[in-house]
Amino acid sequence: MAGNIEEELQERVVRARRESTPLAIRGGGSKDFYGREITGQPFSIRRHAGILDYQPTELVITARAGTSLQEIQAALADRNQMLGFEPPLFAPSATLGGAIAAGLAGPRRPYAGSVSDFVLGLKVLTGKGEILRFGGQVIKNVAGFDVSRLMVGAMGCLGVVLEASLKILPLPLRETTVRLEHDRAAESLEFMNALARKPLPVSAACWVDGVTRLRLSGSDAGIESALRWIGGEADDQGAVFWDSVREHSHEFFEGGIPLVRGSVAPATPVICPQTPQLMDWSGAVRWVCGTGDHSEFDQQVRSRRGHVTRFRNADRSGEVFGPVDSVRMKYHQRLKDAFDPDRILNPGRMYADL
Amino acid sequence: MNTSEIRALFERVLPTQSIVSNPAELRVYECDGLSAYRQVPKLVVLPDCIEQVQRAMAICREHGIPIVSRGAGTSLSGGALPHRDGIVLSLAKMNQMLDLDLDNRTATVQSGMRNLAISEAVRKHGLYYAPDPSSQIACTIGGNVAENAGGVHCLKYGLTVHNITALKIATIEGELVEIGGAGLDSPGFNLLSLMIGSEGMLGVVVEVTVKLLPIPDTAKVVMGVFDSVQSAGDSVADIIGNGIIPGGIEMMDNPAIRAAEDFVRAGYPTEASAILLCELDGTSTEVDDQIERVKQIFDQNSAVESRVAGDERERALFWSGRKAAFPAVGRISPDYYCIDGTIPRKSLGHVLTEINRLSGQYQLPVANVFHAGDGNLHPLILYDANQPGELEKTEKLGSEILRLCIEVGGTITGEHGVGVEKIGEMCIQFNDQERGQFHCVRDCFDPAGLLNPGKAIPTLARCAEHNAMHVHAGELPFPELDRF
Repeated sequence: MAGNIEEELQERVVRARRESTPLAIRGGGSKDFYGREITGQPFSIRRHAGILDYQPTELVITARAGTSLQEIQAALADRNQMLGFEPPLFAPSATLGGAIAAGLAGPRRPYAGSVSDFVLGLKVLTGKGEILRFGGQVIKNVAGFDVSRLMVGAMGCLGVVLEASLKILPLPLRETTVRLEHDRAAESLEFMNALARKPLPVSAACWVDGVTRLRLSGSDAGIESALRWIGGEADDQGAVFWDSVREHSHEFFEGGIPLVRGSVAPATPVICPQTPQLMDWSGAVRWVCGTGDHSEFDQQVRSRRGHVTRFRNADRSGEVFGPVDSVRMKYHQRLKDAFDPDRILNPGRMYADL
Repeated sequence: MNTSEIRALFERVLPTQSIVSNPAELRVYECDGLSAYRQVPKLVVLPDCIEQVQRAMAICREHGIPIVSRGAGTSLSGGALPHRDGIVLSLAKMNQMLDLDLDNRTATVQSGMRNLAISEAVRKHGLYYAPDPSSQIACTIGGNVAENAGGVHCLKYGLTVHNITALKIATIEGELVEIGGAGLDSPGFNLLSLMIGSEGMLGVVVEVTVKLLPIPDTAKVVMGVFDSVQSAGDSVADIIGNGIIPGGIEMMDNPAIRAAEDFVRAGYPTEASAILLCELDGTSTEVDDQIERVKQIFDQNSAVESRVAGDERERALFWSGRKAAFPAVGRISPDYYCIDGTIPRKSLGHVLTEINRLSGQYQLPVANVFHAGDGNLHPLILYDANQPGELEKTEKLGSEILRLCIEVGGTITGEHGVGVEKIGEMCIQFNDQERGQFHCVRDCFDPAGLLNPGKAIPTLARCAEHNAMHVHAGELPFPELDRF
């Protein structure tokens, strides 16, 4: 069955290439809002689903790209394990392939790692119609260029992910959230980043509405001793809070459109302090939303070597990702040509010129 | 072009003292850590700033001269083996820390800075750089980036690729490109991961921004002694299956134990079939907790003995044997050849049995040390290069071991890189389309093929030749391959 689906997908790409008709790759459609708007023949990967191999003691899972993230998470939770990058779903239909193509990670990212950090190997269908494997199913592997990780966050513009092998992590024995009142964002930033220099079992740090929340993960003993050091009061709604930050269901995100994401060095001073914002990743991500002029925010983020993504509901005919200068764009275009010479895979989804 | 003609070209753009052309001095650069391969380069240049790197690269571009960049030359795969017609571009003089950003826990350093020097420079702030290849005292961060170097703490803290936030790359087309950024991600394709581990073939790394981590409060080590390799392997699976990720977990088999004990007297039981060294790090209460659980797991797997290092001195002693395993093997054999395959841990028993069988067949002893957490196996083949034909026999045995690693779903190199050494085995691990795609990627950055040519990615012709050598019982392997 799966072999047939794979062949069908391959044939579709070969035909699209012959006919020069672009394809719009889609998994569960949970991130249809993300990236630039494109036109293209719908190209669904959803049916190419199923967990192929899961060895809890090897810390590796391999699944087809159309497998739902929820299915993967449930299988892992069954064996007390998890995806370390804590991907947002945004809809129950979210797939593994979409998570890799979008490259989005949740609150645990600064502590556990990014999506690409957990990718061990991929099977991809290139724009040339070739099915290729890169990386592997083992944690340490340096054979050949790291094409698998190059695919992460490439928005499908370099290839269609067919299968992925991911490193996984054990579920922490316990997770506890504490809250500390910090009226000003600057106070919170200072606190979160001072904490990050201590060897404490922090697994998330976020500030919104005058409150800093920290999540601690580990054994009872480890958490208790960290709590004595950190202070704050226990938040028994902690798990709900982190879900809401990851899934953008927290009321902050109801502030309206567009939703803008600034990515900066975590200790960067507060940018546009008058603008309401949610700071996640110990300050490395600054969310602002609502109508209004975000150009000042944009400019300040960029002046601090960060970048801005127009995450949701922006004008998707223009650029939505941070600019890539002309030299780097030259290499982006060459890579696009190397994987998808006829530009049939999600052309323009990431940048107008790709 | 001969050396003096090439020298004249570089004298126009570099200070005389930055150019090496004297045959005796050139010989210093003829090999790296894989000394079985040697080639004297035409010239060596040692720039001391980015501008000089770029000027040297411009000359190479203009005249079609191959460039092999080199840090400390500790590669175990011949990654820094010079090219017959090319220059060696040594980054050794560019060894300074340029910026230490304590608030953001990063340091920006020149690519010639030594791995350990980074951790030493930031230790007073309670921070360190996590990846610790065994050559860390000498190897440079630029070389670590080129090879995606690992170490004994990879399972928990990752390889180089997990610990770098930005790079500055000099391209062969003359640009200086910043990759990565100030934050935890950057716009566009993930060029950072592509560059890391690209073995110097996509650009020359001139600056590196590394992630710094807080030094853990406590680290403790427990040694498990086993009378079978299988029980030791099962213990590792149980530790991980129980949700414990050790800072480091290392296995040694009996020949490795004997060699190490004979060398450093670490207190290893020389009759044991295998020992495991399991280090737990974190807050002290957490570590104490985990040490107890690991001891229980050892017991459940019929460990002959579990010993917890009582203090720092004993912890260092336990580790001294493992850390000295390579030189220890070097003492009992005129030469040794280190293999770097990675296997799914569940195949350990099968792979070690097969290695044993092959060792008997080739009549070459093999000692095994194993980064047990991440499946990275280092069989050390003992041989004598002065015996005619023995190196060739050793390489054949090595190649068979790597085939075995691929067969069980592993890889030919976990952390040492392909270099020149495993270029033949790349033909087994990747098919012609995959290797073709690697060449396309190389061409994006270096269309003329001047950066470390002949390494890492074999040509189709080379693979046809390599695979032809492995005709087994009259059957041609990989019949789908074109051969010319």
